[in-house]
Amino acid sequence: MTIGILGAGKLGTVLAQLALRAGYTVYIAGSGDPAKIAMSIKYITPGATAVTAREAIKRADIVILALPLSKYRNIPTDVLSGKLVIDSMNYWWEVDGMDPAIAQPPSSSSEMVQNFLPDSRVVKALSHMGYHHLIDEAKPKNTSGRKAIAITGDNMEDNQKVAKFVDDLGFDPTIVGPLALGKLLEPGYALFGANVDKETLLATIKKDRKS
Amino acid sequence: MPTKKNSIKSTVSFGLDSFGDLPVDENGKLMTHAAAIRQVIDEAVLADKLGIDAIALGEHHRSDFAISSPETVLAGIATRTKNIKLASGVTVLSSDDPVRVFERFATLDALSSGRAQVILGRGSFTESFPLFGYDLKDYDVLFEEKIELFAELLKEKPVTWSGTTRAALDKADVFPKTESGKIETFVGVGGSPQSVVRAARYDFPLMLAIIGGSPDRFVPYVDLYKHAAAEFGTSAATIGMHSPGFIADTDAEAAKIAWPAHKTNFDRIGRTRGWPPMAREHFDAEIANGSLYIGSPETVAQKIAASIKTLGVNRFDLVYGGGPMPASARMHMIELYGKKVIPRVRELLGETKRDKL
Repeated sequence: MTIGILGAGKLGTVLAQLALRAGYTVYIAGSGDPAKIAMSIKYITPGATAVTAREAIKRADIVILALPLSKYRNIPTDVLSGKLVIDSMNYWWEVDGMDPAIAQPPSSSSEMVQNFLPDSRVVKALSHMGYHHLIDEAKPKNTSGRKAIAITGDNMEDNQKVAKFVDDLGFDPTIVGPLALGKLLEPGYALFGANVDKETLLATIKKDRKS
Repeated sequence: MPTKKNSIKSTVSFGLDSFGDLPVDENGKLMTHAAAIRQVIDEAVLADKLGIDAIALGEHHRSDFAISSPETVLAGIATRTKNIKLASGVTVLSSDDPVRVFERFATLDALSSGRAQVILGRGSFTESFPLFGYDLKDYDVLFEEKIELFAELLKEKPVTWSGTTRAALDKADVFPKTESGKIETFVGVGGSPQSVVRAARYDFPLMLAIIGGSPDRFVPYVDLYKHAAAEFGTSAATIGMHSPGFIADTDAEAAKIAWPAHKTNFDRIGRTRGWPPMAREHFDAEIANGSLYIGSPETVAQKIAASIKTLGVNRFDLVYGGGPMPASARMHMIELYGKKVIPRVRELLGETKRDKL
């Protein structure tokens, strides 16, 4: 199974480390020439291969979007056609700049991404937990106190595939609903930053949906 | 500095870092910005008396922090101290003018007889961008170009440079010149691998900002820095880390004082970034396994020594006084850091007697 990660920053490299540890083949792309990130990748995520975004997508069974949300329109849509895509992005003004169009889209940010990639299957996951918690908290299956990762997506089969991947990475996958519900995982909502177990995550979602 | 090329200095330096958080006075009242600045100067004077190696002051442009102009505060400290290094932590170079930064730190270096240090960073707060008329969308190119120009200026020779983010320079000679011929300059890195490579390329010492989670995850960054330096033929002689903490006489007392202050700080920042309030459980987990160095002198010393060993760094800076903390508790913390924690860490590291840096 091959993972293609777009984004070689803090989140992209952490997800690459976790995927490599779980036995996946990993291709990773920064914003430009792979030579620019080759040295970083060699030491930060040994085993991953730095390539162009197009190359990472072509080789991948699952593509992960781990770039600044404001850059989503730069994603090559043609090669992504038919691909399963995990959207791990959030609006983060410190990186994205002040941009109301992406800060407050009429839908969840993942629906906005899905609309941009109409021929891809977008599932939101690995977006709400901070990158240092991702690396510190990953634990084998059935470990007590294992933390949960919320998953939202419109196709149950795709959600299950992402759930298996999340489980392999070291978290209890928790499918919470359709892509629209991804709103509840975004900055400003109770689950943003959440580093909690499955039970707490589900209880928080339930409370959030009521309010 | 007796730094040999390609070798890590044998003794560790210890620093204190502040952003000029507003402390509370003995009546629990939040101090003014002006009083908070004078408090930092008194703290630095105490740190100097105790033989602490460095004080680093970071720039912020928001109401909860008093320091927006670190080198001005450092200049005040310079005239009242003897040995302590005077650092910024960090200078947000992207929204500043490298020529001005050089001039100000060269002036600080003169005032302090060679004790100025610059820690350049991209900054995790970005209020300075709109304030000084920069666009966050140019974040990368601003830093890349300005660090290149700053590296040229540090040579203290006439500079010819052109780029897209400021006016070109044609054999511009910039003053004052320093007595040593070089202002010590670090690059602060919060987790961007490209920044690590950049620091190695310019032969700048590295300062890792480790503000959450286990420090272990930075081991690959240290490897990357060393290997990159080997490839570029630079020295990688100094690698530092900075993390937040607080010290009191006992673990319970330290947590009791630090918790409300830390939570206030974290929650206030969280409101602007969209993360929920801090839970006590998260605070306790950061103390136990993460990057909060909070506790008695022994607890904090053990934790610092473990991190220094894990990462192989030769400078450790404790970011102190986060949030509205009593001014007297901050002073006591510095006393414990200088008198108990640092000697104990040296003991744990097997450094019996330290060489003069």
